[in-house]
Amino acid sequence: MTEIQAGAGVAGEATSDQVPAIELDEVVKEYVSHGEVVPAVKGVSMTIGEGEFFSLLGPSGCGKTTSMRMIAGFEEPTRGVVRLHGQDVTNVPPNKRDVNMVFQSYALFPHMNVWDNVAFGLKRKKVPDGEIRRRVGEILEIVDLVGREKRRPREMSGGQQQRVALARALVNRPRALLLDEPLGALDLKLRQHMQIELKRIQREVGITFVYVTHDQSEALTMSDRIAVMNDGLVEQLAGPREIYERPATKFVAGFIGTSNLLSGVVRAVNGSSAVLALGPDDRVVVPIRETVAEDDTVELTVRPEKITISTERPEGDLSMVEGTVSEVVYLGTSNSYAVALAGGAEITVFQQNAHDSTTTAERGDTVWLSWQPQHSYALQ
Amino acid sequence: MRRLRAALTPYALIFPGGVWLAIFFVVPTVVMLSLSLQSGNVADGFVFTWNWQSYVDGLTNYHDQIIRSLVYGLAATLIQIVIGFPVAYWIAFKGGRHKSVYLFLLLLPFLVSFVLRTISWQFLLSDNGMLLGPLKDLGLLPHDFRVLATPYAVIGGLAYNFLPFMVLPMYVALERIDPRVLEAANDLYANKFQTFLRVVLPLSLPGVFAGVLMTFVPASSDYVNASVLGGTNTTMIGNVIQNQYLVTQDYPTASALSFTLMALLLVGIFAYAKALGTEDVLEVAAR
Repeated sequence: MTEIQAGAGVAGEATSDQVPAIELDEVVKEYVSHGEVVPAVKGVSMTIGEGEFFSLLGPSGCGKTTSMRMIAGFEEPTRGVVRLHGQDVTNVPPNKRDVNMVFQSYALFPHMNVWDNVAFGLKRKKVPDGEIRRRVGEILEIVDLVGREKRRPREMSGGQQQRVALARALVNRPRALLLDEPLGALDLKLRQHMQIELKRIQREVGITFVYVTHDQSEALTMSDRIAVMNDGLVEQLAGPREIYERPATKFVAGFIGTSNLLSGVVRAVNGSSAVLALGPDDRVVVPIRETVAEDDTVELTVRPEKITISTERPEGDLSMVEGTVSEVVYLGTSNSYAVALAGGAEITVFQQNAHDSTTTAERGDTVWLSWQPQHSYALQ
Repeated sequence: MRRLRAALTPYALIFPGGVWLAIFFVVPTVVMLSLSLQSGNVADGFVFTWNWQSYVDGLTNYHDQIIRSLVYGLAATLIQIVIGFPVAYWIAFKGGRHKSVYLFLLLLPFLVSFVLRTISWQFLLSDNGMLLGPLKDLGLLPHDFRVLATPYAVIGGLAYNFLPFMVLPMYVALERIDPRVLEAANDLYANKFQTFLRVVLPLSLPGVFAGVLMTFVPASSDYVNASVLGGTNTTMIGNVIQNQYLVTQDYPTASALSFTLMALLLVGIFAYAKALGTEDVLEVAAR
């Protein structure tokens, strides 16, 4: 289950002609708590390419932070190997690893001003004074903190502290930068601003970013590739588009965006697609990945914005189901419909409020929902 | 009405403590200050005469004891830092779930009266007591070796008696350090020792500062340790003041000595605060 989709993702594929920046090879982390073994990471493999913006996405407790802490060196894997640029660093302490971390709460040194915070790593590395001055000055310019060198962390806003934390890590020119939910403490506006800033800074410095987050929209916006984690395992590893458009598992479909889950019995198999039976007049065709036989039950997912709502049974090779509108929510730029199917399932549909949109279904109306078969996916 | 009440609330809160301090600190201090400038004797009574002579006499006759008190206080304070810091560090970082148990154990001996504890040290350290007796019997120490009535006994007693007042503030400062800040230092190429030196130590300074204040001041003006564990050559200024008050009944000199000691301690504290850059230290402490 660990590296399933890595080959399928076209977007942001790690370049193969160079040594990968970070490799996790069947890494397992178990804790012992009250005499019981508690697995936090159950066997994760991934390869992160040089210069990639790579996200570890998942709910809390999924093992994403533990995975990152093993890359940083704060946790030693119970089993498995961590490699940085081809070198086995599994048992190397954090101060001897060429990666730096931006902590969730920033963890700035409260007794030092901005300048001393940023210069800390370079001083430990015994970089000559002149070069420290030059590099700290440069990085403060990049994160837009020039003129605030003498400030103490506590005299600064959350966004500024965030940028100090970023500068403090980046100034060392690490081979990879690890970011642990770095925007979690900021309000929405600032968070969106910082997302763009982070992307800009990453382009400017060209360093590999590994980004831990539970915010799916953040991961989708910023990442070249995403590893969606759940319960200590990687559920899917692919580019944002692939993850969103072709979720590999039920978990990914449910965790990323809104998904409709339907299940039906296979009536016929035509090569790479199967015809499912839902209701009497329904017609549902779904592309299938693996060998599915007649009479199997298949779960499929389709995104709410891919569905068209209409009062007449539509023509053409579309998948279509009949149902009753149970709720209409006006969202400004779109309408959200909840449609109950005869079988008991409920489907969410988003429809843009475009100027030519003619459909105005009301609560209680009987409607037809249709979508292109290639916009639905059978789940594993 | 509500606004008036809101405006008065802070004063209402400070009122009991303020009255307490006024009665039991300000009044005696003023009385003592006036006493130190009076002349006369117990039999005929004292009269206020702006008599500065008590200060001159006090300093001329007892400067040895004053200096000795400051030296003993300082030595005891240093010993407490050396002993106390590792203890505070260990409880704060390695204490795990049992931190409060360790703190309780640290405080347990101090539930016994101050004087009793000092007397038990006297038993412990006596010339043929349970510590020195066996060592002398084994021939490991010469028969005329003694600890009691030496400066070591007094300094040791002082260091022991005020130890919790050193450990507790240091523990509070250390305990408040965010472990992720230590991880950040480690991530930024600092090894364990550098992390301690550059991060843990500076962040614990407010605690050390508070600890020094809370131990140096009472240790320097203590008289119990010197009278129970010391001898004729270890008399501290506290003993002199006690003697002047209770035996000689020369109240003006006793008061003048008290004020001299107070002034010296204040000067010392301010110099110390200045040297440490208190603004900084108190700033961090106030976080």
